[in-house]
Amino acid sequence: MGVSIDEAVSTGPARDHTPSARRLGGRGRSVLEVALLTVLAVVMLFPVLWMIETSIKENRDVYAIPAKFFGFTVTMDHFKDVFVAPGGGRSALSVSFLNSVVVAGVSTVLSTVLGVPAAWAYSRFAVKAKKDQLFFILSTRFMPPVVVVVPIFLMYRQVGLIDTKLGLILIYAAFNVPFTIWMMKGFVDEVPAEYEEAAMLDGYTRLQAFWRYTLPLLVPGIAATAVFALIFSWNEFVFAIFLTSSDTVRTAPPAIAGLIGGTTVDWGLVAAASVVFALPVLVFAYLVRKHLVAGVTLGAVRR
Amino acid sequence: MAGIEVTALHKRYPDGTVAVDHVDLSIGDGELFVMLGPSGCGKTTTLRAIAGLERQTTGDIRIGDTLVNDLPPAERDIAMVFQFYALYPHLKTRDNLAFPLRAEGLPKPEVRERVNEAARLMRLGPLLDRRPRQLSGGEQQRVALARALVRRPRAFLMDEPLTNLDAELRADMRTEIKHLQGELGATMVYVTHDQVEAMSLGHRIAILNKGRVEQIGTPLEVYDRPASLFCAAFIGSPPMNLIEVEVADGNLRSQGGLVLPPPPGLPRDRRLVAGVRPEALEVTEPGVERSVPARVVSAEWLGDEIIYVVDHSGQRDVRVRMPPTVRFAADAPVGLRHTGGTPAVYDVSTEELVA
Ligand SMILES: Nc1ncnc2c1ncn2[C@@H]1O[C@H](COP(=O)(O)OP(=O)(O)OP(=O)(O)O)[C@@H](O)[C@H]1O
Ligand SMILES: [Mg+2]
Repeated sequence: MGVSIDEAVSTGPARDHTPSARRLGGRGRSVLEVALLTVLAVVMLFPVLWMIETSIKENRDVYAIPAKFFGFTVTMDHFKDVFVAPGGGRSALSVSFLNSVVVAGVSTVLSTVLGVPAAWAYSRFAVKAKKDQLFFILSTRFMPPVVVVVPIFLMYRQVGLIDTKLGLILIYAAFNVPFTIWMMKGFVDEVPAEYEEAAMLDGYTRLQAFWRYTLPLLVPGIAATAVFALIFSWNEFVFAIFLTSSDTVRTAPPAIAGLIGGTTVDWGLVAAASVVFALPVLVFAYLVRKHLVAGVTLGAVRR
Repeated sequence: MAGIEVTALHKRYPDGTVAVDHVDLSIGDGELFVMLGPSGCGKTTTLRAIAGLERQTTGDIRIGDTLVNDLPPAERDIAMVFQFYALYPHLKTRDNLAFPLRAEGLPKPEVRERVNEAARLMRLGPLLDRRPRQLSGGEQQRVALARALVRRPRAFLMDEPLTNLDAELRADMRTEIKHLQGELGATMVYVTHDQVEAMSLGHRIAILNKGRVEQIGTPLEVYDRPASLFCAAFIGSPPMNLIEVEVADGNLRSQGGLVLPPPPGLPRDRRLVAGVRPEALEVTEPGVERSVPARVVSAEWLGDEIIYVVDHSGQRDVRVRMPPTVRFAADAPVGLRHTGGTPAVYDVSTEELVA
């Protein structure tokens, strides 16, 4: 129903009987709504727009005072600098982007592969002290990364995981597994156990029944969960900056942060790198939006 | 097909609930065996133990000659139809039917042939290319039955398969299941809490209460001579009137003076209750021979019959089934007399049938 308040009020015979004061009230409310939403949108979107604008301005315009909102010269140089080193060849930033892809991708796969079967087991079987176990799993997420990063740094130094992609992958997976278990348990609970039981009577083992009956029904949930895990790993900053240092290992967030802090800051490059960094998550979330919605509304199973 | 032998089956859940309490069942090859009982009496648990979905605490289950205690469901070669049909939502009817056959690794032509045969039996032809979502409840149930059929299992287990259907469809499906079972000579264990279903379907009925078997018998036996007060109060709609009686002058006599013929071999020194079916009583004009004075409390007019609820001294709410032509007003003084054969008599303390 795409009927706005104004349309609903101003069409049809009912209009004649509507007191004008109420009509005004309705219109006034919607004007207020639009105004508030506009303010909100401007406040929320301004940094994003400014970032995009900066990424395509020439340096002259970036540093212009007063700032130029319109009428600057458009250039793609900053984006080139993100990927190509000044003397030719790959830039350090592009390497860190690749690292981000590897670290976020592998850790997401890992946490999904570990978390989904665990969620299934917690949902289907009578596990001893199930509630306590689930609470313990959740409790590992209570502490923010910055609280645990020092002990983890020390442990990683002992086992030689400092400044390795594997180290980051493991810590991200460890952080995402509890989340995956909790979120997926909800989805598994929604799929009636009878599917698996029917399959078991039909001659499949329990694992086959899970694999062939339940898993396909969980795809929307898995997609939704994986996207959240991916976003966490992709954006993660604290672990990345403490546990890695070399250009060949660093992921994009600390690498972009590293651009700021010299005597001069190349804001054009920072903005361009940030745009490149933000895009994949947006695109990915857009591609799986159907699954995200389906994931949230999976409860619509006919029972 | 094969018979099913359940010996001293006991199931205690981890939380301490005893769902099944030393149940013995002996289900013959080709028998349609109904388990009937109120909610929570352990019907589903028993069925799931037979299927292998639940491991019993103690006791043995045999299917045919095989002791199946330690066999996983897949190796027991039985089919189960669930209350919630558990049709695979992603698959068309055709593939839902073929699924169990693919598990066996049958060659494709044979799969197709068996699917078509089951579809013909259950008249699913036009529905083969639809998904469960596109089927009505009754159609889904037919598909679920067909899926149980294709595998030609040694026995069928059905857990309240008709509960989700409306009354009319339920009656149709009942007929269909009975017909099918006869045609295939299938061993079938059918769980329900609906006594009409149990009566009309079962070759034999087991009545369960709190995890125990109260009675096993043919529908007629179960109706005529309920083995316990529980069965007497459970079977029949309305169920038997339970009237306290004592033996006097070679007759059974209620407090209010109602006289019933005594069954042979009655113990003398115990408190007794007679189970009298509503159709074994009659409401008469007051003062008719052998009648005792009573008063009509209410009348339920059901079209083909009237159920009168009457009070007679000391005995409240006696239900009497009468033809619709006989009318008495509420509160009218009437007579009440017994017209049936010898009633079932129960011991009040043991709650069991004594004669
Ligand atoms: N997983 C379980 N854990 C603990 N108790 C259970 C479990 N499943 C069933 N019970 C209990 O066991 C008893 C028997 O349950 P069951 O499901 O066999 O009853 P039912 O006869 O099938 O009832 P209904 O007609 O309502 O389906 C009930 O008291 C129930 O609460
Ligand atoms: Mg049940």
